[in-house]
Amino acid sequence: MNPLLEVDNLGKRFGGLVANEGISFRLDDSQIVGLIGPNGAGKTTLFNCIAGFYPPSEGSIRFRGNAVAGLTPPEMARLGVARTFQIVRIFASMTVLENAMVGTMLRNKRVPVARQRARDALEFCGLGGRLDLPAVNLTVAEQRRLEVARALATEPKLLLLDETMAGLTPSEVQEAVRLVKAIQARGIACLIVEHVMEGIMPIADHMVVLDYGRKIAEGTPAEISRNPAVLAAYLGE
Amino acid sequence: MSGEILLQTILSGVLIGLIYALVAVGLTMIYGVMDIVNFAHGEFLMFGMYSSFWLFALFGLDPLVTLPLTVLMLFALGLAVYQVVIKRITNAPMLSQIFATFGLMILFRGIAQFLWKPDFRTVENSLSSGKVIFSGLHFGLPQIIAALGAVLATGATWWFINRTRLGAALEATAQDKEAAQLMGIPSQRMFALAWGIGAACAGVAGVLLSTFFPIFPEVGANFILIAFVVVALGGFGSVSGAFWAGIIVGVVEVLGGFLLGPEYKLAIVLALFLAVILVRPQGLMGRAQT
Amino acid sequence: MTARRRNIQVVAALAAACALPLAVTNPGHQNFLILILMFAQVGVAWNILGGYAGQVSLGHAAFFGIGAYTSTVLLTHAGLTPWIGMLVGGLVASAFAVLIGWPCFRLKGHYFSMATIAVAEIMQVMFTNWEGVGGAVGLYVPLKDQGWEAMVFNTSKLPYYYIALGLLVATLAANWAIEKSFLGYYFRAIKDEPEAARSLGISLTRYKLVAIAISSFFTALGGSFYAQKELFIDPGSVLTTALSIKMALVTILGGVGSLFGPVVGSLLLTGIEEVTRQVFGGSGQGTDLILYALIIIGVAVFYPTGIMGWLKQRRFLVAEVKK
Repeated sequence: MNPLLEVDNLGKRFGGLVANEGISFRLDDSQIVGLIGPNGAGKTTLFNCIAGFYPPSEGSIRFRGNAVAGLTPPEMARLGVARTFQIVRIFASMTVLENAMVGTMLRNKRVPVARQRARDALEFCGLGGRLDLPAVNLTVAEQRRLEVARALATEPKLLLLDETMAGLTPSEVQEAVRLVKAIQARGIACLIVEHVMEGIMPIADHMVVLDYGRKIAEGTPAEISRNPAVLAAYLGE
Repeated sequence: MSGEILLQTILSGVLIGLIYALVAVGLTMIYGVMDIVNFAHGEFLMFGMYSSFWLFALFGLDPLVTLPLTVLMLFALGLAVYQVVIKRITNAPMLSQIFATFGLMILFRGIAQFLWKPDFRTVENSLSSGKVIFSGLHFGLPQIIAALGAVLATGATWWFINRTRLGAALEATAQDKEAAQLMGIPSQRMFALAWGIGAACAGVAGVLLSTFFPIFPEVGANFILIAFVVVALGGFGSVSGAFWAGIIVGVVEVLGGFLLGPEYKLAIVLALFLAVILVRPQGLMGRAQT
Repeated sequence: MTARRRNIQVVAALAAACALPLAVTNPGHQNFLILILMFAQVGVAWNILGGYAGQVSLGHAAFFGIGAYTSTVLLTHAGLTPWIGMLVGGLVASAFAVLIGWPCFRLKGHYFSMATIAVAEIMQVMFTNWEGVGGAVGLYVPLKDQGWEAMVFNTSKLPYYYIALGLLVATLAANWAIEKSFLGYYFRAIKDEPEAARSLGISLTRYKLVAIAISSFFTALGGSFYAQKELFIDPGSVLTTALSIKMALVTILGGVGSLFGPVVGSLLLTGIEEVTRQVFGGSGQGTDLILYALIIIGVAVFYPTGIMGWLKQRRFLVAEVKK
């Protein structure tokens, strides 16, 4: 069987600056893959390449068997790749419900349908009681969940989560962990960039570690936590 | 077309281009530091012209002699505009900022009309009147003096930004407001300074123009679009970029007007502007943004 | 506000607007009412692109001018009724808008605004030097045919009033339909967070082009109407940047991105302009300009969300206090 996502020898340069080089990994249906690495390791760049925000300089990306490197973000969204942002980007002039409605409209442009589906997605993410609030009035943790709900509303096969747990309290992290597990249970795969180790380690099926734009290790969370190269990268040798 | 006429045309383009550069330097500095486009910039120039005119008409003092006084007045006006209006819209949406400076433009034109009537006025027989003939090429002395003055003023501004502590502080604020603030550079003072210097630059250009250009309340309209073009071409916020872009725009305008007819001058410059921002949005000399 | 109460308000306002010129019989005052409706209509049209989709165009006079010139040239050269000419003008303006929007929408913020100024200014220069459309002298609408088919009325201003009102209602209805459909959501998403909008499958260029096509179409209708009402057009009146700015201005004054904002804005701005001109103007003293400018600056500085935004905030505060 084809993997859901297959990244092969991916590279991205900005002018002379190498942000990603020779990165390969794969991700299967309903799998949770954690992407970790020190600051500036190239995690967000890799994310942007997969979601279509940057065209890769070299290498290939295959999604459900099709070559997708160089497609635009709207095209990737249509194929079934949704994402959140490291710094939340909610639609500030809209209510919580309207934010999610914009997501659902990718699949169905009729407003009443969008409203119903958006409500379901928000319910699922625990924002059912906040529907008509202006989105800017939510707490940061809630805004992060709103981004997840909005991304889920596009009915993706793969969800890219960019530091969804940063800045959350321990109990909020536990909630986020439960949410990711629930998303997985729906058959949606997740690629998660995360700094919060206690958030990602227990849920990831597989981990990929980047440093200086290259992949330095991959394996199960248990293997990664014993890997000397990873420890060196995090402790700064 | 003979070589002599071509040379004459190009050189007169350079002369006016140097003035455009000076007008644009003030505009680009305000934009670079605050990300605000000042639609009222042509009116600073207009006030510079009127200051020269009245000091000449009332006291018989030559514009070049009263230049320092005009510079001081315009600097003060720039500060006042910042303190009274701009300070309050620093973080407002772009539309509000556009309309605040647009309102200032109308306000200043209205004030000029109210105080000095909508008539055309000229400074006659100033120190710098006369003609220069140089190996068959004819130039007005006022234009030559104005161009030299513009080079000096642009150079002085460049020197200030690149060679003084205060200038470095201004540049730091333009690069990264928060970082500069952390280093103890007060952003608001730097903004005010940018408006003062920006207005003063336009004022100097007004003084230099006053000896050969008619003076009237709407005169700024002739320069504001050109100044925008120069700023975009030179890269928003770049003084040296504005200098070279000013010369390019001056030459393109005069040469284009000569070849296609003077009525197309503005259209040619604007077409150049569109071509440049669509191909190279950071300007000819600006750094690429990430 | 419930939907029912809102419907009643809209119907009442429309009835009042229909009855108003019966009470105002002075032709000068009627002309003033027509101006209010006309600038409200182009403001509402501008709002689709500038307010909802957040792309601040300062070159909409180009579309207004295309509308005015297309219907007038079709009338003078081919004898086509302005009712058809108006629609043709709208389509030509849309096509032109898509053509210039294609490259210009890659630009952001100030860059886009300045590019639109440049496009409109170039248009003005071109039309001023294009003898085929009257050049700098301009074009006159022939007076020989009068009545509804020719859209020329010499004896009464009333028909112009009702045409302007009809255009405004049609433009408002189009805006309302957009606001309620997925387009309204997409436009706001593009304005709020373009990158997030892309990640949700929204092609920025495609939907900005949709916005500018609709916006320019209705702006051009306003231009054709202007030509029929004034019976004379020239580049200085229908292609000037001052006109582009005014379209944006009525919108920001009333409330950007709000359905009735431009209507309120036009009422205020056109009112202020007329009053200051009557009281202070005429003498060329500039007092009218000064007052006008002070109001613009005041709104930009103190009420950046416009009158509608301010009302909404007040209502919100009152509701909070009542709680």
